[in-house]
Amino acid sequence: MIKDFFPSKILSIDNRVFGILIILLLTIIIVALIFALFISPLDYIQGDSVRIMYVHVPASILALSCFGFIGLASICALIFKIKILPLLAKSIAPAGFVFALISIITGSLWGKPTWGTWWAWDARLTSMLVLLFFYIAYLSTWRFINDFQRANKISSIIAIVGSLNLPIIKYSVDWWSTLHQTSSITLTSAPTIHHTMLVPLFIMFFGMLVFSAVIFLMRYKTEAIKLKLRKKKLTNK
Amino acid sequence: MLGKKARSRIIFLIFLLTATILVLFIVLKSLEENVVYFFSPTEIYNKQDVSLNKKMRLGGLVKKDSIKYSETSITFIVTDLKNEIIVFYKGALPNLFAEEKGVVAEGKLKDKKYFIADKILAKHDENYMPPEVEKILEKTKN
Repeated sequence: MIKDFFPSKILSIDNRVFGILIILLLTIIIVALIFALFISPLDYIQGDSVRIMYVHVPASILALSCFGFIGLASICALIFKIKILPLLAKSIAPAGFVFALISIITGSLWGKPTWGTWWAWDARLTSMLVLLFFYIAYLSTWRFINDFQRANKISSIIAIVGSLNLPIIKYSVDWWSTLHQTSSITLTSAPTIHHTMLVPLFIMFFGMLVFSAVIFLMRYKTEAIKLKLRKKKLTNK
Repeated sequence: MLGKKARSRIIFLIFLLTATILVLFIVLKSLEENVVYFFSPTEIYNKQDVSLNKKMRLGGLVKKDSIKYSETSITFIVTDLKNEIIVFYKGALPNLFAEEKGVVAEGKLKDKKYFIADKILAKHDENYMPPEVEKILEKTKN
């Protein structure tokens, strides 16, 4: 099964498959959005403002997970020189970046009516902004450094150092007093979100996860093509 | 599986990560006061070097039945269920500002019992539920 992810196998995926996946993805997202934006109940304090949570929370989780994956892949690529890993990391990075951006923007839109401010320099928000900067640094390295191996080395270091920020983001609300609320879904206690809101949240998360997977596959196919071109260049020289 | 080169790369990574973690830890520790977004009434009560007339933030719950509106201003009590501070504020209040709910007040301490705020933020807790469920909870509480 791991062999299925090798660049040569990915190249064999016909572009029509992507068309089908995108239709599937759009269906899930539309269903999820109908659930989240219309069917799900009001909140007893926030009213309709709670609906931003259905976009903000999955985006935040995905932004962190993608960077975690990139960090892990970069460590293994650096130590064991597995050639496929930098390509995987590079392919998921744009989706993660967009999710981090969505997280901050939707968070800000939610904060104004709820807290009374668009932004606050508390630990959670600041560390998320730092994550966004690390994403920008990671993507810029790949974009602007033309030598693949150099870009690979520098971006790996950026990813690994940036991964240290991830536990800070996750536990910032527990370690310090923050404006941002503490986690409602934890491993150790029952969720403090009512089940009528939890279900749309999971559906939205699933939809956004499928979205990441589709974008990842499309980018990965591009990376596989680029790899082939690089190999051709080396042998033609 | 672990060749010599792989081993040296692992050592380099461990060194890099340890160094970064140390730097982060030192930076965060020295910024301690600034990383914290607000102090609770108990933290202010226990602080030795409390700086009066320096801008700071106070956070906690609005004490029940403590909100008093006057023509241009409002006073209320912020509590963390152990200690309390009276807050005086002139200006607009966020929508979610309510008794028994979280609040963050930005301003200056007049003394350890009295805080003059120039900005009030409502703090949302981690509970999300529909209004019907909340009514049922209120009924069972009473």
